[in-house]
Amino acid sequence: MPDTIDLEFSVNARATSIRIEPRETLAEVLRERLALTGTKVSCDAQVCGACTVLVDGLTVSACTFLAADADGREVRTVEGLAADGELSLLQQAFIDHAGFQCGFCTPGMLMAATALLEEDPDPSREAVIQGLEGNLCRCTGYAQIIDAVLAAASLREATR
Amino acid sequence: MKRVTTRPQPPTPIGESVPRRDGVAKVTGAGRYTVDLGMPGLAHAKVLRSPYPHARIRAIDTAAAIVHPGVIAVVTADDLPDVHLVYGHSVADHPLIATGKVRFAGEPIVGVVADDAVTAEEALRLINVDYEPLPYSTSAEDSLGADAPIIHEKPGEQRAHRGFEEDIERTHPNVCSHSRQAWGDIDDAFARADLVVEGEYRYPRSYAYAMEPYNAIARWGEGDLTVWTSGQHPYMVREDLAHCFGLPLSAVRVVVPYVGGGYGSKSYTKIEPLTAALALRAGRPVRLALSIEESILTTRGDAATVRLRSAFDRDGHILGRQATILLDTGGYAENSPLVGRKAANRLGGPYRIPALEVTCSTVYTNTAPASSFRGFGAPQVTLAGESQIDEAAERLGLDPLEIRRRNVLRPGERPWPGVRGIDADLLADLDLAASELGWDTPLPAGRGRAICLSASDAGSEPMTTSVLRVHADGSVTVTCGSTEIGQGSSTVLAQMAAGEIGVELDRVHLLQSDTAAVTYDRSTGASRTTTLMGLAIQAAARDARAQLVDWAQESLAPDGPTVVEEHSGVRIGDALHDWGAIVRAWFGGHAGECIGRGYIRRHGTTEEMPPFWEIGCVGVEVSVEESTGEIRVEKLVTVGDVGCAINPQLVEGQDVGAAMMGLGMATREELVYEDGNLMNGNLFDYRVPRTTDLPELHTVIAERGDGVGLYGAKGGGEGSLNPVAAAIANAAWRAARIRLHEAPFTPERVWRALRERDATGG
Repeated sequence: MPDTIDLEFSVNARATSIRIEPRETLAEVLRERLALTGTKVSCDAQVCGACTVLVDGLTVSACTFLAADADGREVRTVEGLAADGELSLLQQAFIDHAGFQCGFCTPGMLMAATALLEEDPDPSREAVIQGLEGNLCRCTGYAQIIDAVLAAASLREATR
Repeated sequence: MKRVTTRPQPPTPIGESVPRRDGVAKVTGAGRYTVDLGMPGLAHAKVLRSPYPHARIRAIDTAAAIVHPGVIAVVTADDLPDVHLVYGHSVADHPLIATGKVRFAGEPIVGVVADDAVTAEEALRLINVDYEPLPYSTSAEDSLGADAPIIHEKPGEQRAHRGFEEDIERTHPNVCSHSRQAWGDIDDAFARADLVVEGEYRYPRSYAYAMEPYNAIARWGEGDLTVWTSGQHPYMVREDLAHCFGLPLSAVRVVVPYVGGGYGSKSYTKIEPLTAALALRAGRPVRLALSIEESILTTRGDAATVRLRSAFDRDGHILGRQATILLDTGGYAENSPLVGRKAANRLGGPYRIPALEVTCSTVYTNTAPASSFRGFGAPQVTLAGESQIDEAAERLGLDPLEIRRRNVLRPGERPWPGVRGIDADLLADLDLAASELGWDTPLPAGRGRAICLSASDAGSEPMTTSVLRVHADGSVTVTCGSTEIGQGSSTVLAQMAAGEIGVELDRVHLLQSDTAAVTYDRSTGASRTTTLMGLAIQAAARDARAQLVDWAQESLAPDGPTVVEEHSGVRIGDALHDWGAIVRAWFGGHAGECIGRGYIRRHGTTEEMPPFWEIGCVGVEVSVEESTGEIRVEKLVTVGDVGCAINPQLVEGQDVGAAMMGLGMATREELVYEDGNLMNGNLFDYRVPRTTDLPELHTVIAERGDGVGLYGAKGGGEGSLNPVAAAIANAAWRAARIRLHEAPFTPERVWRALRERDATGG
């Protein structure tokens, strides 16, 4: 195995090329090499969803996803949600509905919910509950998170 | 959310659901937690942990690790002769790194510091430890046996008991502390009883799962130490660091950025002394960042065995309660002696109990140390007390709601002599819960309902300060030692400051939890921040206002007329002068500031203890699946009796979050030990609630202005956890005629109870 590999990928729509060790996870590359510390690591074992990012639009757990596998692909993190500094409808809804407390699960929760809404712009409550089942939150008890996602969906429908 | 309000209207923005002030930081990823910090020269530490639950350390060979490329320092207890190794909040029994012996599987033995974490991890594998395994005990009952292995050969240091002296009464070498609470004539109560209900109840070892694992950075300067940590109590950590390293308090700076979850599990000192010791030997700033698996081994919640007898008269009045409580504190005391004392205090609940006798022992076992965890003894004892109330109701032919109505303390009534009277209207809370739950509406088969209560002596001690600075432009800086752990303190404290000094919320900037920059607060726990720091901020605002009124008179109207204080400045004749203008006038230029001071101690309205009673009032409707034993909470009602909701949306979030945490521990969560090792110390096997576990919710906030805080505020955030397990157990009886005494009520336990019911024709 080579000592290093060159990685070329898009991070939040910016072309990025860096040299990494093959063993590095996407979470390590984002947090330690690219200073994108919004992505959090908690269980480090693909259970909690805190490190959820989007790779080519699909949710992955960055803690167990090898960065090398992101080569040539498009990665989106929480730092990319506020286009031109304006909060996304979902981010604003999380603030309006207090869809977070400590905030440690929030980046992963937002990315999972972003993917959910891109797949299904008008989800039922049940679909939101099922769609976020892989993202743990120990603070909120989930009610205000689910409300926030549903509110963002209805705002998006209303502004179409 | 439903609000029931009988309190007077506070000044804006107090009482309003303003958006959280940490919102943008937390939804954009910009908010920084300790684990996100970096600094030049930062080195990384990993820790070698004991595989044995109890063993003597004969020798440690670190030679190969020291020469491993990239390693900066390898540190054992022997390398720290200049450090006071043993610390502890209530009993100083905890060495920051093992000294000759390990007392639980997972105890740190060697720290390795390297240029990066991977190298440090590699070096751990090059260390050889020669252990002499010892007999061990992993339950409180086993630890009290005649032949039990002695876990601590000598009691913790006497100097550091910090008010626990009377609790350190050893009846067995493995008893860590012993608390007693008693009043009335207990023998007479049981002699007069028409009904005695007896039982033994168990509450599991639990894990708070703060999603940000324990982590800290330590950096030494010229005779001073700075530590950044994911902790709740920066000032307590400062005290322990000063003790370990022989420094004055003023030479230790503890900084707490955003905290990724606390729930009590980040109370008091955890890995900070070890991190600082490693940085001392490395000569570099050092980060020690634990994994979740290591965090589980660092602190857990106390397991409890509660043996309770309750005496009732034939009308359902409680005559007495007698209990013995065993708490399994694990290898070290941590804060369990206080959990034990609180468990004894909280066993009575919100009821009029003429005679009570409770003893509570915290017991050392060879398991991970137990300490503070949301509820703090209350969930453990409430399962016992509330189960017996329902059992008595059943046996006396009373409605469970009615028996509670007959026994709850009325406003102002003292639970026991010498304490603050109950600052809540429990009859009204019961009615709210019953109405939301639909108490009298018919139920389908296999379903049951219950409403349970708890009352906790909360607020800890009033030792709280704040400084409120009014700047020359009229904007305000508030400093306080209360930590933002997600509960929303950065929002509600700013709301209270804005309302009290009379400026717009966006003109208030709050600075928290940096011991070099903000003034003292004892702790962020026991639901005390809104109440006690709120009072300190109010006092600071009043102190600033008084000075500013004098300044206005002196510099704007020295010859009269008398200035009139208004909400956001003073009036002189028809002219209104805001605070900034007064600051500028008094200093005679364009700058300056006014410094308001707030001190809260045991004095005046906060003299009586506890500062307030934290009420839990929870209703559930559950279904019991006969074939699988699965209990599902179908409907959950919380009544947040908080006096005055400074921010109702945040109160609701606390109540739902607390109740869901209680639901997890009632139905699934339990740390299981076998053969001296933790069997499920990871998030695969320790399952916390998910979105799919959320029941139908009904949240109520009751605001009657009856607390000691601003506009009658009092604490919340733990109350809605405490009665959940009891409520589910009682509802299971009504659904399926089974009495569940051992939480969590897993499908296996429930299934066994159902079969036993069938076998005994129950």
